[in-house]
Amino acid sequence: MAIRIAVKVNGRAQVHDVEPRLLLVHYLRDVLSLTGTHVGCETSLCGACTVLLDGQAVKSCTLLAVQADGADITTIEGLARDGQLHPVQEGFWEEHGLQCGYCTPGMILAGVALLNENPNPSEADIRRAIAGNLCRCTGYQHIVNAIQSAARKLKQKSRKKS
Amino acid sequence: MIPRGFDYFSPQTLEEALALVAEHGAEAKLLAGGHSLLPMMKLRLAAPGVLIDLGRISDLRAIREEGEQIVIGAMTTHAEIEKSGLLRRRAPLLAEAAAEIGDVQVRNRGTLGGALAHADPAADYPAAVLALDAELTLVSQRGTRTVAAQDFFVDLLTTALEPGEILTEIRFAADGPRTGSAYLKLHQPASGFAIVGVATRVQLDSKGKCEATAVGVTGVAPKAYRATQVERALKGKALNERIIAQAAGKAAAGVEPLSDLHASARYRKAMAEVFTRRALALALERARRRQ
Repeated sequence: MAIRIAVKVNGRAQVHDVEPRLLLVHYLRDVLSLTGTHVGCETSLCGACTVLLDGQAVKSCTLLAVQADGADITTIEGLARDGQLHPVQEGFWEEHGLQCGYCTPGMILAGVALLNENPNPSEADIRRAIAGNLCRCTGYQHIVNAIQSAARKLKQKSRKKS
Repeated sequence: MIPRGFDYFSPQTLEEALALVAEHGAEAKLLAGGHSLLPMMKLRLAAPGVLIDLGRISDLRAIREEGEQIVIGAMTTHAEIEKSGLLRRRAPLLAEAAAEIGDVQVRNRGTLGGALAHADPAADYPAAVLALDAELTLVSQRGTRTVAAQDFFVDLLTTALEPGEILTEIRFAADGPRTGSAYLKLHQPASGFAIVGVATRVQLDSKGKCEATAVGVTGVAPKAYRATQVERALKGKALNERIIAQAAGKAAAGVEPLSDLHASARYRKAMAEVFTRRALALALERARRRQ
């Protein structure tokens, strides 16, 4: 029993017939070839598979693709605009927010979700927002710095606009 | 990890869902937020032939006031409960418990009804709904019935839900004057589940004495329970640290605590006492602020 789903991924409309048991992460990676979303623990603990579903951070290994029917999805591939990295991506680059990089796409999307909701997060807010994302390399401090740096940049940007 | 294949339905209304549940019977599982069921299906601990997704039934996703009552739809997410201004203002206990569940991503998907129906002995909500004396609405094609939280949790992963029934909403009284509540939890550091979680509500009378308390405890026993001996020991007393500490000693009276690799029965019992004491003290402080 295949089910037709229509989703928007990184701004592009997609329509596919999928098996109900297909997990969202496999839909993104195997059907759409968006392999930036990583498969980590597969048990909804590590957060490597985090994407934005209608703006909210979710673990795409614990969601069926059919549950996402009609949703607007953002993956790591959808953050950069016109060759310009997203401020959270820049933050990770400049503040050494990654080492091996495995957790990075999920971490960055968790950071983006936080800053969309709370442009002025405290360090505690940031640590709470990335509590669902495990990193085995950095010890988290540089990740916190990266998100703080992104928050500052986003504030400057919005000031320039206004 | 890939679940076994299944047929999938996503009804738009409760009536459609009830018809599907009646039609597919024991073959079918209800899918709410999926954060307990899907991991079990991926591990093949569960392999339902039919999945009925309640996620498109928008009527089941709301938080509202009905006079002095708060009503929450079963498909309301933990994040929505955590951030609800109405709950924070009128009955913060459930919001405080929701904020302690899992992590951001889990709270964005997991639902109140899904968590209650799953009845994990280490889940957070059961302690809170017990302390709130919540009533749960169970609907089937046969009709609607209301079950008290006390009677809903039957045993480990077992509830009063009958075949064909869907948990649609829960309701409880908003906090009255001179009432304070608190939920405190000892996290299992890897999973975030409760080794011990204690939800308390303290209501003072006009003279500042204890009119009533409610103490719900999760994580300790095969099912969440009300620590009635603690409640009885506090009733009518002028509460202070010593009296609370004494009463909290009965937090695990009469229950046989679970024992696993995360915590021995003795440790759970000791922590039940500690967290009951702290939660009561915090709830009392909050009740006094609302004099």
